[in-house]
Amino acid sequence: MEAKISIQNIYYTYADGNEALRNISFDVQANEVFVLFGPARSGKTTLLRLLNRLSDLTEDADFRGVITFNGSDIFGRAVDVYNLRRRISMVFAIPTPLPGSIRSNLTYGPQMAGIRDKHVLDQRVQHSLQQAALWDEVKDRLDSSAMALSGGQKQRLCLARSLAMEPEVILLDNPTSGLDPLSTSVVEETLRDLRERYTIIMVPHSVQQAARVADRAGFMLDGELIEVAQAEQMFLHPQNKRTEDYITGRFG
Amino acid sequence: MTTVQSPPPGAPSRRPGEIVIEALIVLAGASTVIIVALIFIFLLREGINTFLDIPLRQLFGQRWYPIEGYYGLLPLLVGTALVTVGAVIIAVPLGIVAAIYLGEIAPTWLREILKPLIEILAGIPSIVLGFLGWVALAPIIQNLGAPTGLTAFTGSLLLAYMSLPTIISISEDALYAVPKEYRDGSLAIGATQWQTIWRVVLPAARSGLVIAVMLGIGRVIGETMAVLLVTGNAANIPAFGPGMFFSPVRTMTATIAAEMGEVAQGSLHYNVLFGIGLILFLITFTVNWLAARLVGVNGARRSRGGLL
Amino acid sequence: MSRQQTQRLAVILITAVAVLVFIPVLLVIFYLIASGIGAINWEFLTAMPRNGMKEGGIMPAILGTLILTFGTAIVSMPVSILAAIYLAEYAKDNRLTRTIRMAIVNLAGIPSIVYGLFGLGAFVLAAGFGTSILAGALTLGIMTMPVVISTAEEAINAVPQQFRTVSQSLGATKWQTIRHQVLPHALPGILTGMILGLSRAAGETAPILFTVAAFYVPTLPSSVFDQTMALPYHLYVISTQVPGMPLSIQYGTALVLLMITLTLTLLATGVRTSVRRRRDW
Ligand SMILES: Nc1ncnc2c1ncn2[C@@H]1O[C@H](COP(=O)(O)OP(=O)(O)O)[C@@H](O)[C@H]1O
Ligand SMILES: [Mg+2]
Repeated sequence: MEAKISIQNIYYTYADGNEALRNISFDVQANEVFVLFGPARSGKTTLLRLLNRLSDLTEDADFRGVITFNGSDIFGRAVDVYNLRRRISMVFAIPTPLPGSIRSNLTYGPQMAGIRDKHVLDQRVQHSLQQAALWDEVKDRLDSSAMALSGGQKQRLCLARSLAMEPEVILLDNPTSGLDPLSTSVVEETLRDLRERYTIIMVPHSVQQAARVADRAGFMLDGELIEVAQAEQMFLHPQNKRTEDYITGRFG
Repeated sequence: MTTVQSPPPGAPSRRPGEIVIEALIVLAGASTVIIVALIFIFLLREGINTFLDIPLRQLFGQRWYPIEGYYGLLPLLVGTALVTVGAVIIAVPLGIVAAIYLGEIAPTWLREILKPLIEILAGIPSIVLGFLGWVALAPIIQNLGAPTGLTAFTGSLLLAYMSLPTIISISEDALYAVPKEYRDGSLAIGATQWQTIWRVVLPAARSGLVIAVMLGIGRVIGETMAVLLVTGNAANIPAFGPGMFFSPVRTMTATIAAEMGEVAQGSLHYNVLFGIGLILFLITFTVNWLAARLVGVNGARRSRGGLL
Repeated sequence: MSRQQTQRLAVILITAVAVLVFIPVLLVIFYLIASGIGAINWEFLTAMPRNGMKEGGIMPAILGTLILTFGTAIVSMPVSILAAIYLAEYAKDNRLTRTIRMAIVNLAGIPSIVYGLFGLGAFVLAAGFGTSILAGALTLGIMTMPVVISTAEEAINAVPQQFRTVSQSLGATKWQTIRHQVLPHALPGILTGMILGLSRAAGETAPILFTVAAFYVPTLPSSVFDQTMALPYHLYVISTQVPGMPLSIQYGTALVLLMITLTLTLLATGVRTSVRRRRDW
């Protein structure tokens, strides 16, 4: 089976000379939850931002290697980067609603893609909120400010905002970092249901969370990918000494 | 090896309208440079004859009497210099001390009242101040014993207040930019508030204060209407001494304003007025250029990257 | 003198100087109101001048100033906002950008009378517009550009960076992002700068002296190619060029002009503070 996303020998260096990623290769299969974990500053965010070319916004960085999505190079000349970002959508570490109503947050992506039909937009709003397990809490106040939601609700709104674009892949960069345990488990629950329809690449909040949600996992350290394995093997029998040290809490 | 940069220009979903608007944006940015160039070109075109047709010796002569063909700029230069120097002597201490008061001494509630007052001062048209100088201030100055109320000093006084908003706001920014640790450190070793201001804060804010003064000067040199009304408009060079501030003078700006309406287009007199404009342009250009070199013109204060 | 005494003396002196700065401002405002308010009535504001301007109203001058201010907005607003967008969103740190910033600093410092000369040379004569509203509005518009550009750029920069990142992560193009996630939030700040610029333009005399202002016209302007009277120039004229002009009319005219510019100034500060209070980010 063709990989959903294939990363081949990529190197990424920031303008200040920081080699954030070094010779990284791995595949992500359709409909799996792939977890990228590792200590802070190991390059996880940098990698996620490359996958939907949000990295384009960072000036003067140096990239080498190949990333394919459904078999085609995402940096290819004919690629429509805006469409790519709709297909591969990002949820950030801090909840980041756009100022405006809950509804306008959800319709923004589709509207920018040219969807005008109010019926379609309404449907997207409801559907995405339901998938993100937020519908029941906000259905009566869709036109009130998104800024007034709680932290956990905001983060689920951001998830719904990604889902409203009907993407194929969802990138989650530590989506529960600022959330309380209850909100965290609601989000984790939601992810479990989402895997049936989406491919998910996630940076977890902790090794425990990684073990809870992952189908497969990759361990990153200092800009390198140390090990990739099925979740069970990764968290019970890691092959690499450094992976084991990290998982058992000997550093990081 | 690919260098990652902005999306390729031809990417499919960028609508043509977007390319047009982005072209307009770049054009609008560039228009500022074009305008400065155009201003310079037009001043040069209409004013260049001043420097070609009039011998330099005459140009720097002491007589400004265009009707008889005397185009000595010296009285005008001296007039502008006198008014400017006077205004700076008044405005710089007032402005910097007022900024110190606002930044270091005034309680917050008072500052909230005084700052809008500065904006109000900045919002008073120069012709209104000039008018008040003419009908109200000049008589007072004459009563103080000057032969006439319309003097360089009258102009300096008005111009000083007109330049205060510029000087105060930039000085205040400069004082505000001094790190709090400096103050705390000084106070911690037992210095009084005044000692801290005098020995620590002012020296640290020095370059900002210099810029404030320079931009204030730029504002003063270019002022027209107020000086036209209150300086007496006598194109002669007062005798050197403290009394010169209390003689009528005529500035470069006032000369242009007063005489342009009466000259024939294309005449030498017309050219000379543009020539004076060119000199003013070059003076303010230099002053602002120097001030900008001191701050370093980069402006972009938004921190890129950040959280996301 | 002990250190404490020096400290006390310093505070007293600094406060005294501050009083010297701020009291005259209040004095000027109150004096002008007290002297001018008597002349202001409905006829003064709405009638044509009569009897060599020594009687009647100043309506054409007020109207002219409003027209010129409006024209200034039309000339200056679009190009200034676009230029600010360029500086805040597109400009890389390169030679062009530095040249543009330098140009704006210099535009801000050019004396208003020099703008007047430029307007005369470029618009009145070279472009052939003659002494006209068009030439005056173009001159004033260019003069206000630096103020508007600087405040608009600041307003755009104050919009949090994350809105841009999020918007683009949702597939919006750069322009869509600016249009929908940046400009709406920067608008109040942009407006503030615009109004401040207009307040300055409304009060300026020197740039309109040779480009548009008329000593006296018996009829109202009917096209942009007409001359017009304007308050600042009118005040100059009646206070210096017309012998025997009643003082009350002079004070009244000055007060009306001051009210127009101060209203604009206060409007600008009002917009700024009210929006700062309202926004939720
Ligand atoms: N915009 C940037 N410019 C320069 N260096 C950066 C930038 N963003 C991240 N880095 C550096 O790249 C490395 C990887 O960072 P990041 O991808 O954020 O790691 P992680 O998400 O694993 O914490 C770090 O050393 C970080 O300091
Ligand atoms: Mg990270």
